[in-house]
Amino acid sequence: MSNEPVYDLKSGKQTPFFVPKPSPWPFLGAMAAGTLAVSAVLYMHHIKLGGFHFGLKEVGLGFLCVLAVMWVWWRDVIKEAFVDKSLTKETTTGLRYGMALFISSEVMFFVAFFWAFFNSSLFPKAAIDFTWPPKGIAVTPAFDLPFMMTMILLLSGCAVTWAHHCVLENKKDESVKALAVTVGLGLFFTCCQAFEYYHATYHFTGGIYPSTFFMATGFHGLHVIIGSIFLTVCLFRAAKGHFSKERHFGLEAAAWYWHFVDVVWLFLFICIYWWGNS
Amino acid sequence: MSGTAHAVAHNDDHAHDHKPGFFARWFCSTNHKDIGTLYLFFACFAGIIGGAMSMLMRAELQKPGLQIVGRGDFLNNLMHGGTADPGQLWNVLVTAHGLTMVFFVVMPALIGGFGNWFIPLMIGAPDMAFPRMNNLSFWLLVPAFLLLMGSAFVGMGAGTGWTLYPPLSSSLGHPGPSVDMVIFALHLAGASSILGAANFITTIFNMRAPGMTLHKMPLFIWSMLVTAFLLVLAVPVLAGAITMLLTDRNFGTAFFKPEAGGDPLLFQHLFWFFGHPEVYIMILPAFGIISQIVSTFSKKPIFGYLGMAYAMVSIGFVGFVVWAHHMYTTGLGVDVRTYFTIATLVIAVPTGVKVFSWIATMWGGSIEFKTPMLWAVGFIFLFTVGGVSGVMLANAGEDIVLHDTYFVIAHFHYVLSLGAVFAIFAGWYYWIGKMSGRQYPEWAGKVHFWTTFIGVNITFFPMHFLGLQGMPRRIPDYPTAFAHWNEVASYGAYIVGASTVFFIFMAVYTLVAGEKVGGNYWGEGANTLEWTVSSPPPFHQFTTQPIVK
Repeated sequence: MSNEPVYDLKSGKQTPFFVPKPSPWPFLGAMAAGTLAVSAVLYMHHIKLGGFHFGLKEVGLGFLCVLAVMWVWWRDVIKEAFVDKSLTKETTTGLRYGMALFISSEVMFFVAFFWAFFNSSLFPKAAIDFTWPPKGIAVTPAFDLPFMMTMILLLSGCAVTWAHHCVLENKKDESVKALAVTVGLGLFFTCCQAFEYYHATYHFTGGIYPSTFFMATGFHGLHVIIGSIFLTVCLFRAAKGHFSKERHFGLEAAAWYWHFVDVVWLFLFICIYWWGNS
Repeated sequence: MSGTAHAVAHNDDHAHDHKPGFFARWFCSTNHKDIGTLYLFFACFAGIIGGAMSMLMRAELQKPGLQIVGRGDFLNNLMHGGTADPGQLWNVLVTAHGLTMVFFVVMPALIGGFGNWFIPLMIGAPDMAFPRMNNLSFWLLVPAFLLLMGSAFVGMGAGTGWTLYPPLSSSLGHPGPSVDMVIFALHLAGASSILGAANFITTIFNMRAPGMTLHKMPLFIWSMLVTAFLLVLAVPVLAGAITMLLTDRNFGTAFFKPEAGGDPLLFQHLFWFFGHPEVYIMILPAFGIISQIVSTFSKKPIFGYLGMAYAMVSIGFVGFVVWAHHMYTTGLGVDVRTYFTIATLVIAVPTGVKVFSWIATMWGGSIEFKTPMLWAVGFIFLFTVGGVSGVMLANAGEDIVLHDTYFVIAHFHYVLSLGAVFAIFAGWYYWIGKMSGRQYPEWAGKVHFWTTFIGVNITFFPMHFLGLQGMPRRIPDYPTAFAHWNEVASYGAYIVGASTVFFIFMAVYTLVAGEKVGGNYWGEGANTLEWTVSSPPPFHQFTTQPIVK
């Protein structure tokens, strides 16, 4: 098997892989990310630069730059699919690998926060009297609002599958409707979470319980918002007729991402709300 | 932006036509070879800075007492007008050296540089799967490195060690902005690594030439594949850990604060869950390069190809379940330490498979000791030394004594500086002709190898003795009992420093005036796909897919 390999360099096919033209967006995106990091440091330490104070607004501006680069970059990706026919069977497979790996890395990101949660809930420390949830924390009962939020998210998971099936059956108008339902449920979930945070009796800075709780559910909430934006983009693309029966990986990727967000929530619900709060 | 107007049309079959203009080519690149070149230059630049830090550290440690970090001494004057706390300044130096070498030298060179250059060439692909994202991975390193370097000059600097343990790294130990700058530097470098790794895996799985099954891939490709998986799975955990550190420092959370129910040890667990795979991330690409070189210069296929491939896979797997061997002295239970000792010792098995297979490849081969082969053999010898001291440190009982001593410094410099960095040089000599079209002068390569080989051993071997005598890590001053071997180690470091300056001049000479070479200048034995194209390869290669039989 590891004998001298033999290559035929002449009779192969034209490569099915697409190499895009040089693009300024990666460079600008990296610089925007760097600017965001620097402005966040200046903001957190109240450092004035030439008499200029960096507030949250300036950090927001850096963030907007990052978003702007994402916008123009992904616009190019979509354009290439139609103008340059960049999406062959092979390149689409590449996108699938890429998305799956991105989601895997996101899963590992959440592992860190679950680790923090289990470290403090399975082995509560002296400062919280070796009890979990710590005394004095009025926890949200799992089968209250959180259970409804679970149902909302599961329902939106069904809705995105409905949208996918509409695309597979070339029902454009219905797919737009199904995506609207999905995004609506996503927004509803975010509203419920805002309500829950607003009415929580503990604050982010109130010790280890609120730390693990807000960090894990907060990062999940952020991913719900990202997923909602992803699906909204798909909604507009569906309305414009970008998706066909054969070619709709953008929608599929959004659906994968949405299911990932869904599964993380199930773990949060079971571990933090249900097991952790009882 | 005007640069894109001169952009080359994609799928350009003509080798040397229509390279984009300067700005589009080097700032907006979508070409794996150009991006690989950027990575190599970046690593070289960061390596000079990180290496200069080594020289400063050895200058300080050459004698007992304070030489350069004391108040009024050279480095203190330079950085803080002579007012900095010497111990803190020393810690800043140690931290910056470690983080620079790990994230901005070894990883960019081995993974970003050689990985980008040779994955598409070796699997017969026209480029990486996501060429634009590839460029993002590179450019994220620039603000990351600037943040890290800046952190050393702001306030008291970040003197946490590369491990960033709280409470030293919390707002209690480091109230200023430096540690936050390091955290963001790692966020950016981490994002770069994750995106790069996703790109590598996709490229390797999806873009191999027809006929190149997984079991026909060159071992360098196998090594990059396993490395990329480790990156995708380990780096996000570090991102989570340093995010919690960031909110602990700035937004009042309590993850690592015992007074509020948090746990500083949690950080160590999270850090090393990343940190241990990270050391394999640095050494696996080195394994890949060494395999190619040993096979080429023995003019034999690698011995036990499948065993070599799956040894790397199993090192990758086991690498995820041994992290707490970095934490033997933190009060882990005896059973836990027993487990981590055994699991760690298990890694010696696949590692042994690799070392013995390299030797078996050379056995009976028609060996030619060209410079890359010298570095490869040097790697095998010195990496094995580091591996053996690793087996010693894997034992919880023994590590209680040696933890945080110079023995540990000796161990990880043998596997990294004398392992990973040797592989970087091996790769450079092996492929520079391919990358630039010009060959290094053979005599100069040999001079560079032997001076470095002698220098690093004089530097790091005495550190074993210092560690066994009990000299602790991370101190700028020490009792006179340790003076002798420290002085020897410093002289060794200066030899390496001089050797590296020699290398830089030779590298410049090679790129400007080196002898021009053809497609396969190593001849028989160099039989992977990159040797079938010209040197340097065309701007876009393999637009017609090669077929592997």
